[in-house]
Amino acid sequence: MSEEYIVDVDNLTIRFNMASEKVDNLKEYVIKLIKHELMFQEFLALKDVNLKVKRGEAWGLIGTNGSGKSTLLKACCGILKPYKGSVTTKGTIAPLIELGAGFDMNMTARENVFLNGTVLGHSRKFMEEHFDEIIEFAELQDFLDVPIKNFSSGMQARLGFAIATMVRPDILVVDEILSVGDYQFQQKCYERMGQMLSGGTTLLYVSHDINSVRQLCDHAIWIDKGNVRMSGLVEEVTTEYMHMNQ
Amino acid sequence: MSVTRDRINTFFRYKDLLRELVVRDVKLKYRRSFLGYVWSILNPLLIMLVMTLVFSQMFQRGIENFPVYLLTGQALFDFMNNATHMSMYSVLDNGALIKKIYVPKYIFTLSKVTSSLIDLIFSMGALILVMLITRAPFSPYILLFPLVVIPLYIFVCGLGFFLSAANVFFRDIQYIYNAITVAWMYVTPMFYPIELLPDWLRKLVEYCNPMFYYIQFFRDLVLYRHFTTPRIFIGCWVMAFIMLSIGLGVFKKTQDNFILYI
Repeated sequence: MSEEYIVDVDNLTIRFNMASEKVDNLKEYVIKLIKHELMFQEFLALKDVNLKVKRGEAWGLIGTNGSGKSTLLKACCGILKPYKGSVTTKGTIAPLIELGAGFDMNMTARENVFLNGTVLGHSRKFMEEHFDEIIEFAELQDFLDVPIKNFSSGMQARLGFAIATMVRPDILVVDEILSVGDYQFQQKCYERMGQMLSGGTTLLYVSHDINSVRQLCDHAIWIDKGNVRMSGLVEEVTTEYMHMNQ
Repeated sequence: MSVTRDRINTFFRYKDLLRELVVRDVKLKYRRSFLGYVWSILNPLLIMLVMTLVFSQMFQRGIENFPVYLLTGQALFDFMNNATHMSMYSVLDNGALIKKIYVPKYIFTLSKVTSSLIDLIFSMGALILVMLITRAPFSPYILLFPLVVIPLYIFVCGLGFFLSAANVFFRDIQYIYNAITVAWMYVTPMFYPIELLPDWLRKLVEYCNPMFYYIQFFRDLVLYRHFTTPRIFIGCWVMAFIMLSIGLGVFKKTQDNFILYI
């Protein structure tokens, strides 16, 4: 049965060791080891979370700060390994988590396109083929050989978004990134995401902006302190969520 | 089998990233310096000049061509030193990225070792220059230097993997390792002949100091113009693979926890 799910999160539990004091050096570690003070406090960031996503669906992840939304996304991307349960994904994943994470501030826009593209796992040849397309979408034709550190945050976001959405990934993971960039570019991004969705891409979308969740997604999951409070159609879940927070 | 095949596929998928990272390191290093690549040659030359002035009188008897003797040892040791110190920070420095996108983490360590290797190859220019000036005879054996550099590269990768993983969990490894490399430099016959060491120490260095194997092999090819002894030749590879399996083992075992500590 699980064949039809493109993202299958099954009873996922993620555990962090929350040391009461962070021990990050050998000296303290040895001292604490000798004094038997090495204690770890267990913290479950996610508890028995289930999420089944079919191809082409768009899921919004909502919840208050620190509820575990981003942790769930990281688990889906394979950055965090499950403590219990499993995460199975099929196809390519393009993460849009904080745009431009792979940029080197000292390099020019041109060099960063290749650097960031290869960070996402594309080949250099592939990037060369799509270079013009990226620059055109990001509207940075005049700034190709300027170091990124001289760019505004909006310009960096534009470049990051253009690189990440250039391919049509099977799964697009977006973690509130569209707050930067001007209104016009935000609309352009929503448009592109809409295009990708109608082209069969699956979307996992984290945002505090309920309106954009309603606009983009057809399903939603509400996470509260690591537990799933509710999941289902976007209208029902967001209405309930808004209701609770008033 | 399929796990191994997956790993190899992943590596090939990210080989262009490795290339981009190495190119970035090399470019940024030379981008804003007036003399550019010349520094790679000038820097070892200047150090060699000072060291030659100081030490050549002290160890006059044991060494036939002191500048070349010094430079062969110094080039390899500096490569090891730079590469391991840089790869120690490779995972931490890319923490922001590792937290957000899935990337094979060893790529960052590998890129640092590889860009140091390129520096080493640049600095060979200094060696050739000094050999010309001191009228040292050239022999075809010098062309065999990849036989030294390849196992040394593997050895340094292993050490780099170990250090980059250890540094994520224990930040004071940096200071400990600094002290270790200074001590290591003094027990490596870079600027003195090994005959000067007391017998027990000499045995220890000849058998247990990995850098001794590589430097000895390199000097045999460049300075003494013959192939090395079987013991040194095999030792180079044994040291390389011991270090690589330790480094990879530690790295692989701990890498899933990196994200909790960076």
